[in-house]
Amino acid sequence: MQKGALNVHRIRKDFPILSRKIKDKPLIYFDNAATTQKPMSVIDAIRDYYMNYNSNIHRAVHQMAEEATHAYEATRQKVARFINSHSTDEIIFTRNATEAINIVSHAWGEDNIHKDDRIVITELEHHSNIVPWQILCNQTRASLDYIEVDHGGYLNMDRCEKILQNKNTKLISISEVSNVLGTIVPIRKIIEMAHGQDIPVLVDAAQSVPHMPVDVQTTDCDFMVFSAHKMLGPTGVGILYVKREILEKLQPFISGGDMIKEVHKYETVYNDLPYKFEAGTPNIADVIGFGAAIDYLNRLGMDKIRDHEIELTKYAMDAMKDIRGMTLYGPLDAKNKGGVISFNLGDIHPHDLATILNDHGIAIRSGHHCAQVLMEKFDLSAMSRASFYIYNTPEEVDKFINALNDAKRLFGI
Amino acid sequence: MSEDIYREIILDHYRNPRNKGSLPNADISIHDSNPLCGDEIDIHLKVEEDMIKDIKFEGRGCAISQASASMLTEQVLNKPLNTVKDIAKEDILENIGLMNLGPARIKCALLSLKVLKLGMVKYYADRDPGSAKKIQDESKLY
Repeated sequence: MQKGALNVHRIRKDFPILSRKIKDKPLIYFDNAATTQKPMSVIDAIRDYYMNYNSNIHRAVHQMAEEATHAYEATRQKVARFINSHSTDEIIFTRNATEAINIVSHAWGEDNIHKDDRIVITELEHHSNIVPWQILCNQTRASLDYIEVDHGGYLNMDRCEKILQNKNTKLISISEVSNVLGTIVPIRKIIEMAHGQDIPVLVDAAQSVPHMPVDVQTTDCDFMVFSAHKMLGPTGVGILYVKREILEKLQPFISGGDMIKEVHKYETVYNDLPYKFEAGTPNIADVIGFGAAIDYLNRLGMDKIRDHEIELTKYAMDAMKDIRGMTLYGPLDAKNKGGVISFNLGDIHPHDLATILNDHGIAIRSGHHCAQVLMEKFDLSAMSRASFYIYNTPEEVDKFINALNDAKRLFGI
Repeated sequence: MSEDIYREIILDHYRNPRNKGSLPNADISIHDSNPLCGDEIDIHLKVEEDMIKDIKFEGRGCAISQASASMLTEQVLNKPLNTVKDIAKEDILENIGLMNLGPARIKCALLSLKVLKLGMVKYYADRDPGSAKKIQDESKLY
């Protein structure tokens, strides 16, 4: 093992699920871009809340409510530090990254997007960063524009620059890392160009925050969204980061209890930031669990996690390139992409391939990856995708390569 | 195991699909897709005196979806159209020899049957709206 690298052997012991068998074979989990597995510390944190201090937060004065409020708000601080936001006021808990984008498309979009305005996204986007904008454009009679991606998986930056020059462009919403091709998008450059024209930028960081250091002050994005469950945390927790100056002008999207300061018969005074945007009892247990996930990632170090994924991705791509009939999609240099490899093997349909790999205990994703716009671009209906995380090993990659060869043999290619 | 699923008969129909192509004078053409995995099937029917005189399918997708479509066309060619309503999912699974497909893959296997039944209902609806309702009710659309 390389000096300073992750101790994967030790990490694996923290994940009980990794000792289970699939079809009598040890589980090889390569579907981390969909969701990651959970370490014992996250499972324990959730269990501890329900067993020892389950109460509603923010209101009651009894001790358990105070403990629960403290634990819930502690996660907000951890999130703020993790992405280096100015303050916890800018961190809003949502159900997932999709809901976070929807809050922006409604709360910000309906006030700021008007007829003939343009919203710009890219061909790399996940459906969650396409559909809310289509709906907003239909409602406001604005138009949606795409920055194209070339066949190597990179954005057309000339076109990007041109689109940003258009005075009708009012928002850019863009993934930092493609969930299909793994492409790392130069968001700093795009944000810099956009801000030169006073255009705000939303960054969909669902595939970046879990895998590499992210700093909202350095990138200077205006909105950022991501999901806890893709970074060791539980499902049902997402994060919406909004720069304070924008947040202060934002009207609440979901209203009701907890987001208020005073409610009278015909008027309401809203609560302070960020509570104004968190109506109703939130997902307390899972937010607390997410805190434990961030602690876990911090102990490992995001730089080391990134290095581990680059190494593993390179190792896997090198071996895959040698398989005859293999097509790899997206950047071919592991340094330019997240730990995501999308591919097709001969004319084997991805679902058939995923079924065969499942018999080897290997979990990969197959299908359109909620990115049909991108699939159309490549004139495909489906791809297979292997995606890695902290607990994956080169030995698992070796077994994966063997399984691919087995599929070739079975299909006679 | 993979060997059980991807038996020769499935790979044979996948590689050499029967009745695949377009049917210019079709009486009915129906398309559907499986949103989960993107399998697509079009079925075209030529019907004479309630007999399926010709049938063609077009599509793309996994081996299971395409092979089961191929086998289904063989099964119903030159059969009365209204018997399509009686084909059950078990018949399809038996055809392709996969009685124990999981919930995700079973949709692949049954897509072509769904399309064929939709086509049958549409055919009757265009000609006799009254009877179409009855056929639709009787039709075992899993």
